Order: sequence, then structure tokens, then C-alpha cells
Amino acid sequence: MSGLFVDITLDLPGFHLAVTQGFAPSGLTAVFGPSGSGKSSLLRVIAGLEARAQGRVSFDGQPWQGPNGFIAPHRRGIGYVFQEARLFAHLSVAGNLAYAGRRARKAGRQPDCAAIVAALGLEGLLTRRPSGLSGGEAQRVAMARALMTAPRLLLMDEPLSALDDVAKGAILPYIEAIRDDMQVPVIYVSHSVSEVARLAHHIVMLEAGQVRRVGPAQDILSDPAAAPAFGIRAAGSVLRAQVLAHHDDGLSELAVSGGRLLVPGFAAAIGAEVRVRIAAQDVILSRTRPEGLSALNVLEGELTDLRQGQGPGVMVRLRMGADQDVLARITQRSARALGLAPGQRCFAVIKSLSIAPLDVGGSGPI
Amino acid sequence: MRLAGISVVILLIIGTPLAWWLAQTRSRAKVAVEAITALPLVLPPTVLGFYLLVLLSPNSMLGGAWRDVTGTSLTFSFTGLVVASVLYSLPFTVQPLQASFEAIGRHPMEAAASLGAGPLDRFFTVATPLALRGYLTAMVLSFAHTLGEFGVVLMVGGNIPGQTKVISIAIYEHVETLEYAQAHLLSAILLGISFVVLIAVYATNRRFPVHAG
Repeated sequence: MSGLFVDITLDLPGFHLAVTQGFAPSGLTAVFGPSGSGKSSLLRVIAGLEARAQGRVSFDGQPWQGPNGFIAPHRRGIGYVFQEARLFAHLSVAGNLAYAGRRARKAGRQPDCAAIVAALGLEGLLTRRPSGLSGGEAQRVAMARALMTAPRLLLMDEPLSALDDVAKGAILPYIEAIRDDMQVPVIYVSHSVSEVARLAHHIVMLEAGQVRRVGPAQDILSDPAAAPAFGIRAAGSVLRAQVLAHHDDGLSELAVSGGRLLVPGFAAAIGAEVRVRIAAQDVILSRTRPEGLSALNVLEGELTDLRQGQGPGVMVRLRMGADQDVLARITQRSARALGLAPGQRCFAVIKSLSIAPLDVGGSGPI
Repeated sequence: MRLAGISVVILLIIGTPLAWWLAQTRSRAKVAVEAITALPLVLPPTVLGFYLLVLLSPNSMLGGAWRDVTGTSLTFSFTGLVVASVLYSLPFTVQPLQASFEAIGRHPMEAAASLGAGPLDRFFTVATPLALRGYLTAMVLSFAHTLGEFGVVLMVGGNIPGQTKVISIAIYEHVETLEYAQAHLLSAILLGISFVVLIAVYATNRRFPVHAG
């Protein structure tokens, strides 16, 4: 069987993890869940760092853990990016990279050092000591070091959680580059919806040590039923878009199914494929094409789902074109007043500035 | 001096794995082993020396076995002195090493494992350089402590010129026989050496601050 397969249980004080799950053999799979849901523990089990885990782990048909034995972490051919950079303080940046590279070559794998250094923009940092790096720089070095093992599987455990928003925004394109160019399956643990929306091809949702939901990222993110798990305020859909133009007034124009989007300007080539996250609570619905509004973006679609939660809100899904959805979170009162029902044509109004720069991400197939 | 040098080497060889084990283990035996390791700190040297004398004497099992194999006695010999001072100085090696291994923690070791480094590889390429200060402290403390010990040496080694005669006992002898000039000289040498060594250690620590983690 190709890819990673996990069938394990792990008992920790006050916590029980039980996961039986296959993982996609390529692309980036986000393991998403709230703090304490067992995401990081699952990643440690996959890496072989949790000796107490029971069950089986295999990769590309090779057993890593099971009744016939246990492959030690250093023999699994994985790359691991931890929450903290965990660079070796006694080595320079280049020394840290070489540490990984030497051992990978001994194991018969061939990392491309120059390409990795370039992909993570480390040319100017190679002679520096880890103690002199900023948080974002250290994490970039840590990612490069993990890639220097020429891993068969790259595990990333909330690599951005210790960074501020500016540093996060600066690093995300590097992670996108790893995802799109490095030909290695990635398992990316995160509790941040915006990171998942921007990076993931597939999502595995964990809750209280159990898998709750699995599927393509776009489907799960725009599924009203999954919205409570993402946090009602963070829920939102991801649209595939193509860059049409960058305007003088600081806005970039994108083509999406169902219309055009103007978003705060960002750097990308004209014609490039990007993904845009639209938070459900930033979407206004209208039965008729609205006019005389300050909001610049109006997308037309068909209402497919209405889902009522515990509170006063309703999650509404609009289908644009063949396979793109927009989620809107409105009040029950509005839904009643508009007489919303599945099958109707509707207009989604989105304020350009509600789309944060972090929500617009680089290319790569979704 | 020779005694101290040899003891330090043996101490590092014995103390490193012991300290590593103590720093890593979750075993219940840890407390007991720690206590035993620390015993020489609190016991009067004469008590330790007395037990060692009994244990190492040719009439005991250990000492007897040693005599049967090598034909020499462990007591009142240089070898016996080395054994005694290794035991006596063990805490001065193990405790600094254990502390610095604990300060490193498991994080860098897990990172090294994820980069393809096996257990021994990790130990020598990550734990050891990160624990460099601990090694330095351990070496200096156990060297100085062995150099200055008195009670245990007197009990186990006696005072045989060229064999078991060490500086501290020579000083004692000079004082006994009222040869204050020689006592002054030897004491000053010991004081000077200790001071210079400590200065060197602290200066090195300042110039190469190795931070764990």
C-alpha cells in the first residue's frame, strides 16, 4: 500500500488517542484539531518518538511499527519540523544543514543542498549561529534541515505557532514552495484554520483523540457541518482563483467561478493560480443583485445548504460554477426574512478588505 | 598528581554513562543510585576509607580475587588508591554531568534522531558538545578533589614513597615533623595549581558560553 497507514492507540494520563487512518501518498495533509486533541501525539507516533504507542504504522508497505518490530526514528527516513526550531546550538546554520545531509547520504538518499538553501532563502544565514537568528529565520533553517534528510515523508508540528503574524506571513510562501516543489508528502499539524485553508490538500480532523472527518480540503472547509469544529468565527471556504490584474489603487483582481474578486494587493504573476480564503462571517447574502454598496465583490451562486447551529446563526453554502463553494454565516432572523431555501439563486457580497493578506496564498493545486 | 590524572580519566569513563542514565531514566532505582553516588559527599573520609580497606584487603572476596589474578594487593598500592579515589570523587564527576545532560533535555536528541542520527551518534555529536561545560566542571572538580584528598588515601594507601605517597599526605608528614618550609612549599604549589585551574575554567566558560537547547 502506498503512503502512510496508521492504526494505533496511545494512552497518556487523562488522554486516549485511537487513530486508524490512511494518509494521501502525495500533497499536504493537514491534521487539524483543537489543542489537546492529540495531533502532536499522532505525529510523534508516526515518527517513532512515542515508544508507548500500541498498534501498527507502515509507510509505502514497509512496516515501521507492528507485531514484527519497531523501526527506530533515525531509520525511518522522515523529516520532522518541531514547534520550536530545535537547532543545534553548537553548530552554525550550515553545520546544522550538513549534519542532516551527511546522515541522509549515508542512508543512500541524495538531498539537493543548493536547491534547499535557495528554496528557503538561507543564502545569507549560512555562517550564522542559531542563537543569533530571529524566530522566523530559525524556523526556516529548521525546515531546510528537515529537507536535508531528503525525507520520504515530512512531518511538521505547528511550525508557525511560536511566530507572530508578520513572521507567519513571511514563512507561508516557503511552506507553499516545499509543498509544491519538493515532491515529498507532508503531514502538517495545526490548529489554525487560516494555515490549513492556505496549505492543505487534504484534511484529517481530530477531536479528543479520534478522527472526526477526512477529505479533500476544499470539501471539508466549505462543509457547513464541519464549521463548528473549525470554530464558528474561523469557518470559511477556500476558492481557487486566477490572478487577472494588479491595480494602481493597491487592489489585485482575481477570477473565480461565479465572478471576480478584488482583494488587497499581493505579489503574484498575472495568470498565476492562487487560493483565497473567505471567512463565512464576512459574507453578506442578498436575493437580488445589490447596488449602491461600498463592497466591491459580488458573486452569484446557487444556495445548496442551510444549517442551523446552537446559536442565533445559520451556515449557508452557495455553489459557484461546477465545484466551488462559498460559506456564509448569517443570522436565523435574516434567513427567515429573506425566505432562504435550497435551490435559490443568491448573491454573496464580500468586503475586499475583510480578506487579510494571510488569506491569499500561493499556487499549487487544491 | 599522577593519581589525580588517572582517576579523572577513569571517572569520566565510568561517570558519563552513569550520569547519562541518571539524567534519562524514569526508573525507581534512580533515587537509590543517586543516593549511593552522593554518599562520599557526606561520609567522613575515614569511614569510606575503612570500608574500602576492608573491601579491598586480600582477605576479602574482591581483594582476594584481584590478588589471585594479578598477584598484587589492592591495599597499600597505587592501583588500590586509584580505585579508592575514583569512588571518593564519583559525585564530583556525576553530578555536574547529570545536571548538564538534564539541562539539554530530550528535544535536541529527538531532533537528531529525526535527522537520521542513531543513539551513539546522537550522544557524541549532540549531547557531548552541548554538555561541554558540564564535562569541564566535572574534570576540574574531580581532579582538584582527588588531588586534595587525605583521609581515604591514608586509610587505603598508607604512605609508601614512590607508590602511594601523595601531596596532601606529604604536607601532613612535613607538618608532623615540623618541617614547615617544605609544608609551605607544597601547600603553595597546591594552592597555585588549584587557583590557576579554576581561573582557566571560569575564563573558558566566559569565552565559550555553550547554551543547551
